[in-house]
Amino acid sequence: MNKLFERKNRTGPVLFSEYEKGSAVKKALLTDRDDILLEIRESGLRGRGGAGFPVSVKWMLTAAANSPQKFVICNADEGEPGTFKDRVLLSEYPELVLEGMIIAGYTVGARKGIIYLRAEYSYIKDFLQSKIEEMRSDGNLGKNICGRKDFDFDISIRLGSGAYVCGEETALIESLEGHRGEPRNRPPFPVNTGYLGFPTVVNNVETLASVPHIINKGGEWYHKFGTGKSSGSKLFSVSGDCRYPGVYELQWGITIKELLDLCGAENTKAVQIGGASGICIPESEFSRQISFEDASTGGSVMVFNKNRKMIDVLQNFMEFFTEESCGQCTPCRIGNVKLLEGVNMIRNNEYSLEYIEKLKELGETMKIASKCGLGQTSPNPFISILNNFKDEIFGMN
Amino acid sequence: MKKELRSPVSQRPFNAENINKTGIGAEVSIELNGKKLRVPLGRSILDICRDNNIHIPTLCYHEDLCIAGNCRMCLVEVEGMKNLQTACSYPVTSPVKIKTFSNKVRKARKHIVDLMLSEHYGECYSCVRNNNCELQRLAREYGIDSYEFGHVCEPRFEVDDSSHAVVRDMDKCILCRRCVRTCIDLQEVGVLEAVNRGYDTKISTFMDTPLNDVICINCGQCINRCPTAALHANDPSDQIWKAIEDPSKHVILQTAPSPRASIGEEFGLPPGNSMTGQLNTAARMIGFDRVFDTNFSADLTIMEEGTELLGRLKKAIVDKDKSVMLPQFTSCSPGWVKFIEHFYPEKLDYLSTAKSPQQMFGAVLKTFYAEESGIDPADIVTVALMPCAAKKFECNRPEMNSSGFKDVDYGLTTREMAKMIREAGLVLPELPKSSFDDPFGEASGAGLIFGSTGGVMEAALRTVYELVTGRPVPFKDLNIEACRGMKGIKEASVKLENCIEEFSFLEGTDLKFIVAHGTANAKVVMDMLIKGELEGYHFVEIMACPGGCIGGGGQPIPTSESIRKLRAKAIYEEDGASAVRKSHENPKIKYIYEKYFTDGPCGKISHKLLHTKYTKRGKFIN
Repeated sequence: MNKLFERKNRTGPVLFSEYEKGSAVKKALLTDRDDILLEIRESGLRGRGGAGFPVSVKWMLTAAANSPQKFVICNADEGEPGTFKDRVLLSEYPELVLEGMIIAGYTVGARKGIIYLRAEYSYIKDFLQSKIEEMRSDGNLGKNICGRKDFDFDISIRLGSGAYVCGEETALIESLEGHRGEPRNRPPFPVNTGYLGFPTVVNNVETLASVPHIINKGGEWYHKFGTGKSSGSKLFSVSGDCRYPGVYELQWGITIKELLDLCGAENTKAVQIGGASGICIPESEFSRQISFEDASTGGSVMVFNKNRKMIDVLQNFMEFFTEESCGQCTPCRIGNVKLLEGVNMIRNNEYSLEYIEKLKELGETMKIASKCGLGQTSPNPFISILNNFKDEIFGMN
Repeated sequence: MKKELRSPVSQRPFNAENINKTGIGAEVSIELNGKKLRVPLGRSILDICRDNNIHIPTLCYHEDLCIAGNCRMCLVEVEGMKNLQTACSYPVTSPVKIKTFSNKVRKARKHIVDLMLSEHYGECYSCVRNNNCELQRLAREYGIDSYEFGHVCEPRFEVDDSSHAVVRDMDKCILCRRCVRTCIDLQEVGVLEAVNRGYDTKISTFMDTPLNDVICINCGQCINRCPTAALHANDPSDQIWKAIEDPSKHVILQTAPSPRASIGEEFGLPPGNSMTGQLNTAARMIGFDRVFDTNFSADLTIMEEGTELLGRLKKAIVDKDKSVMLPQFTSCSPGWVKFIEHFYPEKLDYLSTAKSPQQMFGAVLKTFYAEESGIDPADIVTVALMPCAAKKFECNRPEMNSSGFKDVDYGLTTREMAKMIREAGLVLPELPKSSFDDPFGEASGAGLIFGSTGGVMEAALRTVYELVTGRPVPFKDLNIEACRGMKGIKEASVKLENCIEEFSFLEGTDLKFIVAHGTANAKVVMDMLIKGELEGYHFVEIMACPGGCIGGGGQPIPTSESIRKLRAKAIYEEDGASAVRKSHENPKIKYIYEKYFTDGPCGKISHKLLHTKYTKRGKFIN
């Protein structure tokens, strides 16, 4: 087997713990759908893509929708800068993801699952496909799964084409339907009107991979990890200025300081939590907890040491958003360009503080006026870096 | 005939019916700016506000189009939601509290106008849409007095004026995508689409090909729905002024029925005021040497097209000629003609060979009229005042020169005519009325109703039925209601009984017809034809524009179904009041067939001047 897909020596409380292939699907299919929903609710599992929407609510709404067809979509368009944990799950723990999808399908009443794989991960496609075939021949996928006459479920893989915005669930669905990858108006939400207009569950890879463990060990067990409001464990993709970058499975609630110690980061100036669209945390706040209620992240943790210039970091992020905005709505399409222009003004020392304040206000508008999460979060680095590193940035010239 | 919407689900109107089915109840209590209201469940916040006389600024919203929610102008605050919501796309399904002008909302809207202005190149006073521009209006509404976030000072795009009909000036585009939705959803042509991403996003034709070289049908519906001047018509008025000012030229204006029903809107009148007499006066004051009524040639079209239909029926029924194509499709809408040439080139034989009234008139003016009045046709300049953008393309078709000259020199839209009238310092509604000039100043009400969807069919039936049976059509006051109204596809039939001897082969025939408007509906009809579902139908009227000519791409902006209905009403009222209401009873029509087209409708002479042929264009462009 290709070395890429060999499981590394990983340890963690949930996802990287022991798991017997196929066991969760078998157990789930003997369980009542409502009991699965209750179990998921008890676990407190929230979406791992970054937004943290309660999984049980999403599943319940889809299960309650009256429709001849429903879909489960696995969002494997892992595009947030600095995030690479889904790649690990897909290439080392594919059975967790696939079984999570089957259980989701069973619970909400879907018969089709689609993995939306980002274009850059196309090398994983054949491997995933072989795993799907394997499950089919084991009777865990396809018709009458595990001998249940009333449950068919199959999974197909679709490739994205490289747009960051297609990680947004409605843009992902548009892309699947063959349109430009652009977010839709919400409401209606995908749980009502999703892929091809049918009720659709869109879950992150990590979310789905957590499900089999919850089924096997129970919601209560899962809820014991984490902080309560942020229950369970989280995969962190740690990169940047540290000795041991990589994917860590840790409980929610770990402080930034603890994480930095774990990954061997020294002389750290700032940590960007939650990728480009997240917030930049200065040294003075390293005691903050990583959790939905404090510093939230979809997995990305970027470490910057004291040799980094924060204006470089900010420029990099804003260039990213300027390019990756889908171009549909006004605040995001033009707003990001204005923010980037502001960054360049600061660089060239051609700014007035008054105008920078105006841009921050524009950023606040973008947060509440943009159509999707991209434009709603893209001003985050602009505002947080300029606020948290005032002295460095405005005193630098 | 249910048509499946092809637009992305996100952009389809929210379906309130589905909510009602859940049985929650048909109404919900909300609070709108502190006022308690009961509103229909599932109704959008925008509609609710409009019901309650609360103005919400919009840009990407257009009532003819599906919802986009991308300009973000209509943002409102919904209590309990972290972000502002777009009023156009937000259906009220729970007892929410809505604020439409809170500090947050006003600030966000102003930012959005600021952002749009920052990339909108050009100055208002040098713009064709000055004073009728939605962006300009918003800038005023939000008190914009400076360019807060800069302003582009250099053009970034080349103006595409390759098309005779539509000019694209993408420097003025604010990416509301109304044109895209018009082209893809409303008309199902699909020439315009957004390309690229982020700040590089722009509206483009396929591979940026000039508009003249793509499958644009020139309907101009995108112009009518563009909030700025990014799309506007190719204006020939300078050349027309030049011709008028040249004493050696005899400049003739023919005016179609629709412009007179709508031009008042350009002068501040509400829709639905007919300005026929005033328009004639204005045209003469401007300096046109003659003003003729296109309705005359509409009557001529009915004679030719009606006779052609009877000929086809005879060939099919009596001669059992299998090569005869039925039903016969009308050919007076140049947008539709180009549409079928591109999309159904193998079906061109179904199209009537009769030219459109505009082109028939051009040919008659440079032949018969030139001879009768002793003017060298080389000195005649024919201008057609049309509600239409596609007419500009039509008069430039290379085959439209059967008189030996360019039959119609210029197609002029209603908007451009209004501009000429303003330039001449005239206030149209205040002018005295006057009639058309002879010899083509008389026309029937049948020619007049060509302007509305179903009008050609109604006019044709009035003549065909009477030719066949010797009696007028059996409808009260000759009004064939089945042809009227704004339904996308209408169908009906008339039974032909007690036919005169010449047409005894039609005895007992149920004359079945279909009327469709908007090319999306045309597509439905054509697909029925391909599936063989039009077996037994005889005549189909198709107009490229929603509402027919009164909703044409050259008509005053804005447009909406209610505006189109009012314009149609004005036309039908004028028809009702006409002395002559059937084409074949127009004395000038009788005269021209006696004097010039002596071998009758569809005869040799008329074939040379009044009929045309079509080009198999297909969808692929070299």
